[in-house]
Amino acid sequence: MSVAAAIRTRDVGELPSRRDEDWRWTDLRGLIRVLPDASEAFTGTLSPGPFDRLAADHHVLVNGGDARIDVAAGKKTLVALRLVSRGVGAHASRVTINLGAGARLRLLESYESDGASVCQTALTITLAEGAALERIVLAQDHEDAVSVSQAEVRLSPTADFGQTIVASGARRQRLETRVVHPGGRASARMDGVYLVADKRHTDHTTVVTHEGVDGTTSQLIKGVARDQARAVFQGKIIVSEGADRTDARMGHHALILSDRAEVDAKPELEIYADDVSCAHGNTVGAMDEDALFYARQRGIPEPEARAMLTEAFIGQVIDRIWFEDARKVVRKWAAERLRV
Amino acid sequence: MLSVSNLHATVDGKPILKGLTLDVPAGEVHAIMGPNGAGKSTLSYVLTGRQGYDVTEGGATLDGEDLLALEANERAAKGVFLSFQYPLEIPGVPALTFIRTALNAQKKSRGEPEITAPAFLKLAREKAAALKIDFEMLKRALNVGFSGGEKKRMEIFQMAMLSPRFLILDETDSGLDIDALRIVSEGVNAMRSPDRAMLVITHYQRLLDYIKPDRVHVLAGGRIVASGGPELALELERDGYDRYAKAA
Repeated sequence: MSVAAAIRTRDVGELPSRRDEDWRWTDLRGLIRVLPDASEAFTGTLSPGPFDRLAADHHVLVNGGDARIDVAAGKKTLVALRLVSRGVGAHASRVTINLGAGARLRLLESYESDGASVCQTALTITLAEGAALERIVLAQDHEDAVSVSQAEVRLSPTADFGQTIVASGARRQRLETRVVHPGGRASARMDGVYLVADKRHTDHTTVVTHEGVDGTTSQLIKGVARDQARAVFQGKIIVSEGADRTDARMGHHALILSDRAEVDAKPELEIYADDVSCAHGNTVGAMDEDALFYARQRGIPEPEARAMLTEAFIGQVIDRIWFEDARKVVRKWAAERLRV
Repeated sequence: MLSVSNLHATVDGKPILKGLTLDVPAGEVHAIMGPNGAGKSTLSYVLTGRQGYDVTEGGATLDGEDLLALEANERAAKGVFLSFQYPLEIPGVPALTFIRTALNAQKKSRGEPEITAPAFLKLAREKAAALKIDFEMLKRALNVGFSGGEKKRMEIFQMAMLSPRFLILDETDSGLDIDALRIVSEGVNAMRSPDRAMLVITHYQRLLDYIKPDRVHVLAGGRIVASGGPELALELERDGYDRYAKAA
């Protein structure tokens, strides 16, 4: 059962539903009665993508297709990867990314849709020893779109993987990352920001499986939900038997800015090893009214004070992005969505 | 300057201020003293427009303008500043960014041009030096991880930067050691001028050794029950509030 299979066969029975534990808050089977026809090939001119100016190397998939990014051992590169949906069809994309030993890649990935499309992207990412990948994902989908991204990441010892997924939701939007972590001084940073408004829905699901000793995982997800929007965070860190001296930290913090918005969070740590250092924190709450009054007493009007405080709240995740130029793009993107 | 008449206010429906009348003319410093629970902090929040502090009767004007009809930020733009008893931490917002945002918001509200970045930094360096604040501290998130004394000093720094006309100091001496108290008091005294007025709210007389009031009022049971010169503060220090608590 998978979204990709459903799109391929046009069989809605293949869609995940709330009977699947890990999809219970993002029930596609209950939502989609009939899958749309396959998306048509796109022939028009594409508007610019969010990271165009930062990268020289662009991979653009419109309405499905395959892409492959290889970074040879010891090489360093910067790639913009655009996954674009045009129209209201269904399609799936596949992306394969391989980093050789000691290779370095900055991956600027974006999801862009303009209508009621149904799309799925499968990414397979492999890092050899000593490789470093920073993945920055901007998911700016259409309010009527159903958009699913599923990444499988396999790390080698001493590899560094960092990701920041920034999302504004869709009719249903799911951003899933599964990391196989070998330990061996490899590290994974699994950050995310969501800003959802209106009736949008976003789902951040991550699973990190530590399989060897001396691995590090750090996760900070922060989000803001307003209007009737809904956000889902499912974060799981598994420390397998023998994966001793694992250091894993998970934090999820959300602000709910309206009575009708909803945040569902399920942080999980499963530990089967000894001598591990693991911690998780999860908070979901309203804006700090005392801080808001303090800012207003200094002369800052309420809408500006709210935007300033939410921007600062989110900013603590954005500050963790390593690549400064991308950090600026993300900060601006977030500010535009908070100053409404 | 400030004129409060027959002010009644409730917090969560509970009456706290019960007919408070007070006039603070321009150029003067008035102290409000009183036992715990008398309504001292409530008065400061009612004057600055905090939500949940509801005026049920009476009024307050600043230079004849109805304060209570204005939003909290509009009152600030008119020059009302409250130095908080417990200043809030603002994670993720550097102190300088916060103050510059506030200053420009006030200026915009008054129809004045915004302050330029160089002019703002020059002013900040000058005021920080006077209050013995390390300039590096102003680049950190406002009040996050600051000690109680640092937070109070930061309140006075903000006051100096925003240059308000009516200053309310709510228990500014609490949490200050003697050196910090001196620095903070000097900062406050530097702001005394013929066109400014101050309301100094304090439980203890100590602060008034440093910030000399023109008038002292005793607040008990939600009303001003006695007023006098600076000697009244000394008398309270000696005899306590019992007499007034009974009167209320």
